[in-house]
Amino acid sequence: MSEITYKVPTMAEMAANNETPEVLFWVGCAGSFDDRYKKVTVAFVKILNKAGVKFAVLGTEESCTGDPARRAGNEFTFQMLAMSNIQVLDMYGVKKIVTACPHCFNTLKNEYPELGGNYEVVHHSEYLQQLINEGRVRIEGGETFKGRKITFHDSCYLGRANGIYEAPRHVLEALDADLVEMKRCKTKGLCCGAGGGQMFKEPEPGKKDINVERIEEAIETGATTIAVACPFCMVMMTDGVKNKEKEDSVKVFDLAELIAQAEGL
Amino acid sequence: MAIIQQIIFLAVLGTVGWLVFKRASLIRNTILLGRDEDRTDQPGLRFATMVRIAFGQKKMFDRPLIGVMHFVVYAGFLLINIEVLEIVLDGILGHHRLFAPFLGSFYTFLIGFFEFLAVGVLVTCSIFLIRRAVVKVERFQPSRHKEMNGWPELDGKIILLFEIVLMIAILTMNAADTVLQEIGSTHYTPTGDFAFSQFLKPLFTGWNETSLIVYERFAWWFHILGIFAFAVYVTYSKHLHIALAFPNTYFSRLTPKGEMNNMPDITKEVKIMLGLDTPDTTAAENVIPERFGAKDAPDLSWKNLMDAYSCTECGRCTSACPANLTGKKLSPRKIMMDTRDRLEDIGRNMQTNGGKFVEDGKNLMGDYISNEEILACTTCNACVQECPILINPLDIILQLRRYKIMDEAQAPGSWNAMFQNLDTNQAPWKFSPGDRFNWADHLKNEA
Repeated sequence: MSEITYKVPTMAEMAANNETPEVLFWVGCAGSFDDRYKKVTVAFVKILNKAGVKFAVLGTEESCTGDPARRAGNEFTFQMLAMSNIQVLDMYGVKKIVTACPHCFNTLKNEYPELGGNYEVVHHSEYLQQLINEGRVRIEGGETFKGRKITFHDSCYLGRANGIYEAPRHVLEALDADLVEMKRCKTKGLCCGAGGGQMFKEPEPGKKDINVERIEEAIETGATTIAVACPFCMVMMTDGVKNKEKEDSVKVFDLAELIAQAEGL
Repeated sequence: MAIIQQIIFLAVLGTVGWLVFKRASLIRNTILLGRDEDRTDQPGLRFATMVRIAFGQKKMFDRPLIGVMHFVVYAGFLLINIEVLEIVLDGILGHHRLFAPFLGSFYTFLIGFFEFLAVGVLVTCSIFLIRRAVVKVERFQPSRHKEMNGWPELDGKIILLFEIVLMIAILTMNAADTVLQEIGSTHYTPTGDFAFSQFLKPLFTGWNETSLIVYERFAWWFHILGIFAFAVYVTYSKHLHIALAFPNTYFSRLTPKGEMNNMPDITKEVKIMLGLDTPDTTAAENVIPERFGAKDAPDLSWKNLMDAYSCTECGRCTSACPANLTGKKLSPRKIMMDTRDRLEDIGRNMQTNGGKFVEDGKNLMGDYISNEEILACTTCNACVQECPILINPLDIILQLRRYKIMDEAQAPGSWNAMFQNLDTNQAPWKFSPGDRFNWADHLKNEA
């Protein structure tokens, strides 16, 4: 197998060379700092490299989109972050953005236009589906998923918030795996418990943690792989698996990781 | 005798009309206390949404069996109103079955069809009552949902009983009527047997003409007075959705569910802080709004308030809410009910003070809805997705949060830490912005 040289060009480098990328990969805070989700970032970058996509990242010029601040009620902090991000994006003349985080996706796509930031924004599930459809990503050379039971956990900010239910499922179907649905899926999907700022605080008093309720449902399907498409869901589902002491038999992966595994990257 | 009946009828009709008008005006006035929000764009799409969701009840069919049963009651309500029109005209004009001579045998068919609907309503409402009282469907139970305690639980049962009793009245009235026709009682226009009430005729075997007339008149008056009472009752009840579902779906949000409304006041200030805009010195005291977010019901938009009056307390939102499912205090249904309760209190206050609201020292946030409730929300939109008439509890929760965080500066400690990290590191965690691109080091070394 030929060695691939992975490149991660920044917008600054591209601009210096007078180049324009096809798409900006918005990494997000979890993708940049969270040890588990950094693996997703790397997997996605490998896929983009292999597919020959001319992409760039903002590197240290990226800031939080402001989503957690806005959902928690702090509009000032949200708008400060949003405004400076828009300045950076516009400075580089960014047209199209892909991100692996549904929260970043929702904010960039739906909330930046009102503040003057207009971009074509796609989630990596849609982008991966497109690359597969175009034949730029071919599922070969790596692990086989044939007959493996996978269940997909819908992220609220991808599903209900933006109506994207099919793209991540199409990506999983490309793996030729055995896709099984949880009782509550798609429009009825149950939240992992992390949205709306919950990721950054202890849950309010109750009988049970939301991610435990959700993981029980995921385990009930008999799936050995829980596919997610959101950094917060990743944390919550992984913690849920630990809570149920199923780390050995049930694994949580992001869509990009599964595709990268199937490509042998 | 007939003229006295006509006079009584007109007096009752007038009183009911006046009472309903007064209530409707008060409801309208309290809704208009809300903040302005433009919901008039894309009239075509709005109309289509209303037709699909309110008229066609599309979302009710998410649970097909319940959808069909609810549709029977809804269709019964709409179509039986045609018969009510005849009854009202009979009452005013002192006629009996005014339409019968014009329609001939079609009249008999039409009333038979209404009877078919009436039986449908009777059966369905009985099943609904059983679901509430015997099967004890979880989302209706006060033992599990404290917002259902007292009046809301009773209200739900009263409405169903009301409808059952009204249907019994109309069916037995028709049966007594046809028996009277058979014995040739003068006032009773011959129509022939009706589809269902013919089977009730044995109930009246052996009754003489006078008792039949007394019963028929009693049932007639009972039915129409019941409908009048219902019309007034509805305006005080959760059942108001029969009217408000239509405007409520028409004015519903057309933007993606994930999008939060912008706060232009803050945009202006942020732009000034970033040097993208200059303070407007010509305008006297602009920029700083009276309040950030919503503290009381009138701080919400008029659409949030219409949502509150439209809610029929079915609890689909709450039964899908991840916070509620796991035992947290938050219940999206309670958010809507509290908002309506607050509006009803404000309305009563206005009524006793000559149309003006006099400060009562209470607020929606704090006195009706607690901080613990709004803090439990994951903004997952499950409640919004579930509502059959497009009510948005999340929008209210988020505006209350904005008030709590920005106006009162009362955030949980860990949120304050998150805000601080965002302000200084541009990330919600305590990482240096300079390390943001470190994830790629290993990848670049690999190359």
